[in-house]
Amino acid sequence: MTPRITLATAARVLRQLRHDHRTLALVILVPPILLTLMKYVFYGQEETFDRIGAPLVGIFPFISMFLVTSIAMLRERTSGTLERLMSMPIAKLDILLGYGLAFTLVALVQAILTSVVAFGFLDLDTAGPAWLIVLLAAGNALLGMSLGLFLSAFAQTEFQAVQFMPAFVLPQILLAGLLVPRDKMAELLEWISNVLPLTYAYEALELAAADDIGRDLALDALVVTGVIVLALVLGATTLRRRTA
Amino acid sequence: MVPELSLDIRSGVITGLLGPSGSGKTTLIRAIVGVQIVESGEISVLGEPAGSELLRRRIGYVTQAPSVYTDLTVRQNLDYFASILGVSKSRVAEAIDAVALGGHANQIVRTLSGGERSRVSLASALLGRPDLLVLDEPTVGLDPVLRRDLWNMFRELADGGTTLLISSHVMDEADRTDDLVLVRSGRVVATGSPAELREETQTEDLEQAFLALAEAA
Repeated sequence: MTPRITLATAARVLRQLRHDHRTLALVILVPPILLTLMKYVFYGQEETFDRIGAPLVGIFPFISMFLVTSIAMLRERTSGTLERLMSMPIAKLDILLGYGLAFTLVALVQAILTSVVAFGFLDLDTAGPAWLIVLLAAGNALLGMSLGLFLSAFAQTEFQAVQFMPAFVLPQILLAGLLVPRDKMAELLEWISNVLPLTYAYEALELAAADDIGRDLALDALVVTGVIVLALVLGATTLRRRTA
Repeated sequence: MVPELSLDIRSGVITGLLGPSGSGKTTLIRAIVGVQIVESGEISVLGEPAGSELLRRRIGYVTQAPSVYTDLTVRQNLDYFASILGVSKSRVAEAIDAVALGGHANQIVRTLSGGERSRVSLASALLGRPDLLVLDEPTVGLDPVLRRDLWNMFRELADGGTTLLISSHVMDEADRTDDLVLVRSGRVVATGSPAELREETQTEDLEQAFLALAEAA
């Protein structure tokens, strides 16, 4: 791994995004708009909005970065640019960290803007500090990125990659406790939710919002970090120097 | 795909790899570059086993489809590849000039024509001044003037000591090479200089020579 090459890769990924105004606008603007929508869907039920608002701020980057990364990596694979890189003196880690760095930066902008809208304009009220929500949001962006990177290896077309979102992301959101608390779900579903990474990401956000900053939160953060590392290692094995 | 094959390529000359589509040219080229899974056999490139880490600095590889980022400008593409190779920015300008894309340096690759895109890909491979330049059908879809210019550049590179391996299915390009390798259905049909192959088959035209050799094999 070479810092120069990692940074060059991050800069290149950001440059690609900068040329794609629409994607950038969608990534940055859709979360605050959806959150505003939520506020008025739960009109008159402030306690519901307060319960799910903060976790949502932290979950949006997971969804965006999962999608953006899986499509971006799929393009690298199908356009031949990955094959070019693999025949050049670049380490796989340079590619992974380059993408990670670039997308975390975008996710931070997204999370900060969403928080400003949520706390500043939508009167979202949480006991915990907003900065912690933003920090966890950045972590969730990395989680989405690493899972998207790994799963992109199993898609042959962009159609397939986009369908991974309802296939892998939506069930995790449904089971994480956002709609119904996990202990109120059928027991089997609760067990399943125990092995899904978003469950821990969501719990961490809930704890942070409740200002319950302690051992449980640290444990959740540790699980999420572990999954990120695992997905990156698995993702690295899908970046092959030689292919058939 | 390519069953059995033994081949030596001289350094410092242009070797043309000729054969019809589907004859195994790309597989052979990818094996030499070290990006192809090879079932068995040994490939030694510049004294190293193919695909070894040291070779990644010494080989320039141009794939058949232009493998560049279509959502970046020409210069942004080359800047990125230059930082991977650790070569200077002035080298980027030289590479852009070498493929006659000076007027398009700040243009997004997506908006370029097919021929221009493949030249961006070629420029990327030239950046690191590789000892071995492997080009998979680099002149497809280019106008005759540009094709001549590129072949002149290939000749200059070879004169400067670079080894070039160029695949093509266009027989009239064969005459511009020093050595020819004719492949068909994954087998080497013949090797030799264009003059040697003409003599061997008693033909004037390399296309005829190829036909004679393919039918005899």
